[in-house]
Amino acid sequence: MLKTSLTGSALITNDVGLHARPSVKLTQLAKRFGAHIEFALDAAGPWVDAKSPVKVMRFKAAKGETLHFRAYGPDAAVALAAILALVERGFAVDGEASPQPPNG
Amino acid sequence: MTEKHFAGRSASPGIALGPLVTFASELSTRAASGAIEVETEALRSALARALADLRRLIDHSPREAAEILGFQVALLEDDALAEPAFAAIAEGRAAHDAWSDAMAAEAAGYEASDDEYFRARAADLRDIRDRVLAVLAGSDPVADVPPGAIVAAVDLAPSRFLAIDWSCGGALALTEGSATSHVAMLARSRGVPAIVGLGIDLTELVGHALVDAHRGVLIVNPGADARRQFQHDARSASTARARADAAALRPAVTLDGTPIRILLNIADPVELNGLDPSICEGIGLVRTELLFHDRDGLPDEEHQYAIYRRIAEWAQDRPVTIRTLDAGGDKPIPNLTLTGESNPFLGVRGVRLSFARPEVFRTQLRALARAAVHGNVKVMLPMVTLPSELAVARAMLDEEVAALLSKGVPARRPSLGIMVEVPAAAIAADQFDAEFFSIGSNDLTQYVAAAGRDIGAVADLADAVQPAMLRLLRYVVVVARERRIEVSLCGDAGGDPHVLPQLLATGLRCLSMAPALVGHAKLALATLDLRALPEIPPWPA
Repeated sequence: MLKTSLTGSALITNDVGLHARPSVKLTQLAKRFGAHIEFALDAAGPWVDAKSPVKVMRFKAAKGETLHFRAYGPDAAVALAAILALVERGFAVDGEASPQPPNG
Repeated sequence: MTEKHFAGRSASPGIALGPLVTFASELSTRAASGAIEVETEALRSALARALADLRRLIDHSPREAAEILGFQVALLEDDALAEPAFAAIAEGRAAHDAWSDAMAAEAAGYEASDDEYFRARAADLRDIRDRVLAVLAGSDPVADVPPGAIVAAVDLAPSRFLAIDWSCGGALALTEGSATSHVAMLARSRGVPAIVGLGIDLTELVGHALVDAHRGVLIVNPGADARRQFQHDARSASTARARADAAALRPAVTLDGTPIRILLNIADPVELNGLDPSICEGIGLVRTELLFHDRDGLPDEEHQYAIYRRIAEWAQDRPVTIRTLDAGGDKPIPNLTLTGESNPFLGVRGVRLSFARPEVFRTQLRALARAAVHGNVKVMLPMVTLPSELAVARAMLDEEVAALLSKGVPARRPSLGIMVEVPAAAIAADQFDAEFFSIGSNDLTQYVAAAGRDIGAVADLADAVQPAMLRLLRYVVVVARERRIEVSLCGDAGGDPHVLPQLLATGLRCLSMAPALVGHAKLALATLDLRALPEIPPWPA
């Protein structure tokens, strides 16, 4: 069923992990795309809908964990790239400073 | 539109004309329909309503609060949140139970986290839960009340009354409720006309209405005659108010020249704004329950200290009697009072709750002892039943004062007295080593008469000046006189001109009342000749 899906992964680097604000940013970004986007804490799954803040928050992903994403649909490639970039820059949105403290 | 008249009981005098705004009650618990489609739709529309309310709230919130609420919006927008609830409804659960269970399970996931960030988010889930439950139970937000509106509801929580802007007039019309409820007290304090016990369906209350809270009459869609009468009454009322306002500034003296001490009852420091301290000889009752509402968690020592200090400074050197938290009974406080008591009025309320939660009590005692440096602060314990309770509270107060002083924090030991509101305390008043008594006539009446203050059907039995009450009052006054301690009365009866003669006949010479009633009471006192009052036989005989 997911033969055409694209995958990628990124490390959580911000201190608080996939907390309330990062989760909301992640799901808001995912919802901008038509692609079906899922994520997991393990490449083997279980996979959950990356557009659901409720489900994202249930993972309680912490700093240092790796987020695995898979996406399929017409704009899957651009969606995946945007989401990985968001995670990699510590969930700072464009034009906003990274929430990471300089030395931590 | 035909003019319709409805009769209720006056809970706060005055008249008003304005548009009706209906509130369904949060006090009513929701009844399950038993039909899956109805329950599904109820939850669906409650979720939509809660979401709309939250979005509107965000628009009016500072950025930080808006971000927190933004997270709640994100969760509420997500179908995954209510999925388990809808599944439970499909299996026959009621909407409110299904939603509560689903949110409890979701919150449990957060609470089980090792990470404090995640654990703290459980509070957001509880907030969402309560918001949706409130809509399910039929509560509406206060935001939409236009100035001068006639607010109609089954009953109204005190916090919601205070959230409404009454500065442009308006009135309260309750289909149930009672004249001795807390919202009625606040209405009297603010001078908002109120009628309770209308006993009709809220759906009757549409359009404009005229409230005559002197006679307890509500007129929906008043015609030309009724409006003319209203204009006439409004003119006389404003004349009477002007007379009362002028009288409020004069000393309280009876016709025969006996001075009466008049004190104020307040529930919120905002009531003192614009009030001239010279209308009274002090504050006889500061209720502290409202401090414990409308905040995230319980108020800390600094917050309480700031408020008590502000009241003490307002009063200048006049005494300010602050009652320790009187939660429980009809005044539940989240995360503090017990839930599920079969009869909360006879349960863990007042000082009983303070002893059950000593850390909360001691925090309040410290704040009070610190405020006592700034004025004549007195501390009053509610719901005292046994002399040993007073002894325990006194030991705790002394300990907290000593601890503050040993740390170099300015503090003073305020005098410590009791509310006389449990019949046991009234009957054995001579056994209490209190520094003052204050008779809580509302609760004392309901306990003496075994007639609940919020039960309209037995309101006539809850008469504060029935023979049994007069005997008890007389006894407490005599005990206080023999012990040379002060005794006052801080229930609603103290501000009711109709019962003033009986109250003074018991020997009471100090009354504490809502600020709005002071002028009327002083006018009534000036016509009273104490020498002509009937004598109350001593009791015990």
